[in-house]
Amino acid sequence: MTASDAGSLSRREWLLSDRPASRLQARLGRAYVAWRRFSANRLALVGMLIIIALLVVAAFADVLAPYSPTVGDLKNARLLPPGAAHWFGTDDLGRDIYSRIVYGARWTLYVVVLVAVIAAPIGLLVGTVAGYAGGWTDAILMRITDIFLAFPKLVLALAFVAALGPGIENAVLAIAITSWPPYARIARAETLTVRNSDYIKAVQLMGASPFRIVLRHIMPLCISSLIIRVTLDMAGIILTAAGLGFLGLGAQPPLPEWGAMIASGRRFILDQWWVAAAPGAAILIVSLGFNLLGDGLRDALDPRSGDQ
Amino acid sequence: MSVAENQAAAGRGSARAVAIASSIGRFLVIAVTTYLGLLAVTFFIGRVIPIDPVLAVLGDRAPTAVVERTRREMGLDLPLIEQFYIYVKSALSGDFGTSVLTTNPVMSDIRRVFPATIELATLGTLIGAVIGVPLGVLAAVKRGSLIDQIARIVGLIGYSVPIFWLGLLGLVLFYAKLQWIAFPARLDVVYEYTFTPITGFYLLDAAIQGQWDVFHDAWRHIVLPAALLGYLSLAYISRMTRSFMLNELAQEYIVAARAKGLSETRIIWGHALRNAAVPMVTVIALSYANLLEGSVLTETVFSWPGIGLYITNSLQNADMNAVLGGTIAIGSVFIAINLLSDLLYRLLDPRTKAG
Repeated sequence: MTASDAGSLSRREWLLSDRPASRLQARLGRAYVAWRRFSANRLALVGMLIIIALLVVAAFADVLAPYSPTVGDLKNARLLPPGAAHWFGTDDLGRDIYSRIVYGARWTLYVVVLVAVIAAPIGLLVGTVAGYAGGWTDAILMRITDIFLAFPKLVLALAFVAALGPGIENAVLAIAITSWPPYARIARAETLTVRNSDYIKAVQLMGASPFRIVLRHIMPLCISSLIIRVTLDMAGIILTAAGLGFLGLGAQPPLPEWGAMIASGRRFILDQWWVAAAPGAAILIVSLGFNLLGDGLRDALDPRSGDQ
Repeated sequence: MSVAENQAAAGRGSARAVAIASSIGRFLVIAVTTYLGLLAVTFFIGRVIPIDPVLAVLGDRAPTAVVERTRREMGLDLPLIEQFYIYVKSALSGDFGTSVLTTNPVMSDIRRVFPATIELATLGTLIGAVIGVPLGVLAAVKRGSLIDQIARIVGLIGYSVPIFWLGLLGLVLFYAKLQWIAFPARLDVVYEYTFTPITGFYLLDAAIQGQWDVFHDAWRHIVLPAALLGYLSLAYISRMTRSFMLNELAQEYIVAARAKGLSETRIIWGHALRNAAVPMVTVIALSYANLLEGSVLTETVFSWPGIGLYITNSLQNADMNAVLGGTIAIGSVFIAINLLSDLLYRLLDPRTKAG
C-alpha cells in the first residue's frame, strides 16, 4: 500500500513499527500482529476453514446440490442407503440428503446471523448505557441483565416459541431474547474502563450529548470483545436452534433445517440410521468450527485472557 | 437472617461476620428479584403474547358463555398489574392451573415427574465429575502433552455436539446393534406394574427394597442417557478444572511445597486441587443446573418420563399451563442452584470480600 515512503524498510518492519506514521499503519500493524497470533494456532485455522466452507456452501448451494432440497423421488428413491447417486442416502420422501444438507447451510447461517444481529445490539445498548450512566440506571439495567442471565435458556426459548407459535423466525426471536445478557455484561465492562478516560472528557467538554458519546465514542470500543463473544456463542445458538427444530418448534417442513431433519430421521433411526446421522454430523462440524474460531479469535485479539 | 447476622457481627465486632451478613442480604435481594423476574417472564409468555389467553387455554370451539366465564375466572378483565399480583400469589402457593392433557393440577404432575429428571441429572453430574475432575487435573499438570490435547478435543466436541443426535446414534449402537442397554423408557413393562417406588428415584428404591433385578433393569435404562449428560458435564468440568489448576500451579506456595520436598502427587492432589476446591464446587453445581435443562432434549430421545418429556409432550398439545408450570419448575431449581453456588463461593472463599 503506502510502503514506498517507508524506504528501505521491509513490509514486515513497516507493519511492526512501534512509531506508526498514520492511523492506517497503526491499524494494519495491529491486524498483522493479531493475524500472526491467530495463524500460529492450527486449530483456529481449521475452525476458520470450516466456517469459510460453510459460507461457500451456503452461497453456492444451487451449484453444489445435485437434487432439489424439497421435492424428492417418492417412487424410486425412498430411504436409499448412501451410494454413488446419493452420497448421504435419501430420506422417507425420496429427497437427496446431501442436497438438503447443502441447502440447510443457508438456514443455519440465517439463524446465527439473525440472532447475532438482534441480540448483540440489544446487549451493546443496555451495557453501554448502564456503564456510562451509572447510578440507578446502571443498577436497574444490570439487575435485569443478571435476572435473564440466571434463566435456563433452552427451556425459556421453548416457552417463548410455544407462545409465539412454531417457525424459524419465532425460534430466532426466542433465542435472541435469551442470549443478549452476556453481551450487555461485556459492553458494560468495556464502557467502565473508558468512561473516565481523557478523550471522553474532551468530547464532553466539546459539548457532545451523552447519546453521541455512547454511540460514537464508546460503542466502537466494545465491538471487538463483543465479536469474540458472539463467535463463541454461535455454536450454542446453532445447537439451540437445532434443538428447537428437533422438537418441531423451529423450522417447519419442508425446510431443510438440520435439526428438523434429525427429527424426521428419528422414526427410521434403527434401520435407516443415515437419515438422522448426516445432518447431525453437519451440526457438529459447524459448531466445532465456530468454537475453534472463537477460541482462536479470543487468544489472538485479547491476549489478556491468556491460555484458558 | 441478615439482621440476626448483623447483630452477631456487632457483638463480635468482626469484619468477617459483617461481610457474611452483607453477602447474605445481597443474596436475598438477588433471589427475590430473580424469582420475580422469572414469574414476570412466564406471565408475559402466558398472558401477554397470546392474543387471547382464553383461546389458548380452551381452544377455539368453546361456547361463548364458557369463554366469558373463564375470562373472568382467569381475571383477564382486571388491569395487567393486578393480574400479575394474582399470578404471583397463586404461583407461590404452587398453583399453576390444570393441565389440559393430563387433567391433573400441573403442580401434582410436576411432583410426579421431577424425581425421574433429578435421578438422571444427578447420575449425569456424578459421571461428569468423577471423570472430568481427574481429566482436567491431568491436562493441567501435563500441559501441552497428549492427554492435554485429548482432553481439549473431548471437551470441544462436548461443546459442539447436538446431544439429541448423539443419543439417537447411541441407541442405534448400544440398543439395536450391541443390545447392551434396554429400549427407551424408565423400566421394562414387566416391572412397570410390579414395582412400587418410594422416593421416585428408581435405582435407590430398588436398592432399598433389595430388588436387584429391578435395579439391574433400571440401570440398563438409565445408563445411556446418564452417560450422555455425563459427557456434557465432563466437557465443562474438565475444562474449568484445567483452568483452575493452571492458576493454582502457578502460585508460589507450590514452589514452596516443592522446595520442602513434598512429592508431586501430594502437591497436585493434596495442595493445588484442595485450593481449587471452592470454585470447583461452583462449577459442578452449575453443571448440574445445566443438565436439568439439557434433560429436556435427552428425555425426549430416551422417552424418559421426567419434566423435560412432560414439557415437550405438553408443547405438542398446546398445553400452555403445563409448559409454563414446567418452565417455572426447571427455572426455579436452576436459579436456586445458581444463586446458592454463588453464595457458597462467597462464603467459603476467604479471598472474596462481600460487596
